[in-house]
Amino acid sequence: MCKCVPGKGDNHGAGGTKVKKFMTGNDSAALAAKLARVKVISAYPITPQTTIVEKLSEFVANGELDAEYIKVESEHSALSACVGAAATGVRTFTATSSQGLMLMSEILFVASGLRLPIVMTNVNRSLSAPLSIWCDQQDSVAVRDSGWIQLYCENNQEILDSTIQAFRIAEETLLPVMVCFDGYILSHTAEPVDVPEQSEVDGFLPQYNYPYALDPEHPGSIGAVGVPDYYEEFRFMLQEEMLKAKEKILEVGKIFAEKFGRKYGLLERYRTEDAEIILLTMGSLAGSLKDMVDEYRQHGERVGLVKLRSFRPFPVRELKDAVGNAKAVAVLEKDVSPGLSGALFSDLSTALINSKKSPLLMNFICGLAGRDVSPLQIREAVKSTLEAVEAGEVKNPVRWLGLRETLMGLR
Amino acid sequence: MGSIISKRVSVIEIRFHGRGGQGAVTAARLLAEAAFLEGRHAQAFPFFGAERRGAPVLAFTRMDDREIRTRAQIYKPDYVVVLDPLLPQVVDVALGVKHGGMIVLNSKGPLQFPHVKISFVDATSIAMERLGVPITNTAMLGAFAKATGLVKLESLVKVVDGYFSGKLAEKNVAAMKAAYEQTRVVAE
Amino acid sequence: MSSHTSTKKLLPGAVIMDPGSTEQNETGSWRSMRPVTDYEKCTSCMSCWLYCPDSAISCEKPPKVDYRYCKGCGICANVCPVKAITMVPEGQK
Repeated sequence: MCKCVPGKGDNHGAGGTKVKKFMTGNDSAALAAKLARVKVISAYPITPQTTIVEKLSEFVANGELDAEYIKVESEHSALSACVGAAATGVRTFTATSSQGLMLMSEILFVASGLRLPIVMTNVNRSLSAPLSIWCDQQDSVAVRDSGWIQLYCENNQEILDSTIQAFRIAEETLLPVMVCFDGYILSHTAEPVDVPEQSEVDGFLPQYNYPYALDPEHPGSIGAVGVPDYYEEFRFMLQEEMLKAKEKILEVGKIFAEKFGRKYGLLERYRTEDAEIILLTMGSLAGSLKDMVDEYRQHGERVGLVKLRSFRPFPVRELKDAVGNAKAVAVLEKDVSPGLSGALFSDLSTALINSKKSPLLMNFICGLAGRDVSPLQIREAVKSTLEAVEAGEVKNPVRWLGLRETLMGLR
Repeated sequence: MGSIISKRVSVIEIRFHGRGGQGAVTAARLLAEAAFLEGRHAQAFPFFGAERRGAPVLAFTRMDDREIRTRAQIYKPDYVVVLDPLLPQVVDVALGVKHGGMIVLNSKGPLQFPHVKISFVDATSIAMERLGVPITNTAMLGAFAKATGLVKLESLVKVVDGYFSGKLAEKNVAAMKAAYEQTRVVAE
Repeated sequence: MSSHTSTKKLLPGAVIMDPGSTEQNETGSWRSMRPVTDYEKCTSCMSCWLYCPDSAISCEKPPKVDYRYCKGCGICANVCPVKAITMVPEGQK
């Protein structure tokens, strides 16, 4: 984080006090947590941790942030400490990545089951084996069903904005929120970010009041046994609240836009109005795809993009509206559910089921463990999708981009 | 749908070659920040790998008049900056450089590369003299500004001043200014 | 949380805001063996009170077993240093 300069006009809209800083994705996340005035941070500081919690420990150590910083011996403990802290009714934050998220997975379900509004950053990185430190989205996709809201970010501005919004969404739904962004591609890339004033964030994030806070003066119980007579009701309540959270994400996005000038929803449509082929993705790849869409449009090709921001809750109706009239949808994603397809692809298929009219659906697995998704690969995906449209059918819906087939003796 | 070959023309892409510890990543970032200071959009990122001190590393800067959205790696840079005089013997620093592009070398003399312009400065001597260590990133930024004219020296001075503190900032600014003065450009 | 007859509205996250719900759960019927104290021997050392996992022994001198909650586990008899507590099968004197 360096010198402040007045922001120049860009696509990120107007409003708020425009102070632009040049910073990495990790710095954006840490700064957002600081601006949210988190009270408890718990983290395990060793690989695969990121500099987010390092930055926050600096803020706490030098007195810029009044928070309890709990160092623990594993990610399992980090999230457990957050669960305990959140139950006392304070704003709680942690950050992790790849294997760290896997080690947390047991407690992810505890946090959502107890309806504790913890906010966590997950820096998207691939899972071992083979051992890897690079970017893909397999880690957070693997815990898709943990009952956490999952928001994905395209750039460092969205990281800062979504993290701030995440606290309000979490606290008003009593659901934990995971803010996900691509490792290295965003976490280590420095670019301009519009940083709001502390007073503006204070106005947006009111004092947090958790209704069931643990208090020795008024004893209560959390973590009760859910016998067969009760468990199903609690899962249903979680599902209902998750579905309702769509409205909350929209509402919080609207209030944020009024205050800061940048608009956020469940998904973003880019040049989709008359599009015959729509690309669908999550995260930083959306930026590269927007450039490609512009190229195709210059040549008169009707290609558009839908960037999914909220993976959970999954915006079924909004996605149907966005892609329903296209001839084909190409889903580009950095994860795979071995034995089926990419997770976003199967979820989109679910969204379109029982529709009278559905576009052809193609799935392109790409960018695993940091493999660059080059313009060449994106063109290959668009070309295959167009061929499917011309043929009127999809022969092989799940394909891999940039695969080196000779290495596997396939060619 | 035929082949799409048109590319955004306004974007400028720069690749830095260095060794772990020489400050290539910082150089890429400071350059991007200087461009940003002058009102352009900019992006800086390291080559995403396992970093080890002394091993050859890469870092990248993009600058553009429009918002930079792409996250693809840089394959055909307009400019290459080499922080270490011995690196051209170990790595192909000219890989993918556009015809008519430029390589800015830390070197006592010019080296030959086909189809590209060359500029050079003895940044190691400057760094040893001003900083006492062979960390050449700020000197090479001065060389880059002189050779390309893409960013003003004063913008670089501002960001270097903001990035380092006190004496260290002064020394780095001095190294950058010295390199700026001594850089020579060789025609293609 | 065990009674299927309850119709009280559930709170999110299975939070229970009225403490002491366990008191309504009288577990004395689970017992097959009953602790009987010989107060001639009892020294009121309070070990049984300390060790009872169900808090079914009162904190008074001498301590008394609350048979509404005692499950008959026998820990009190085991820890009694003067062997003042005997486990007697239910239904016997």
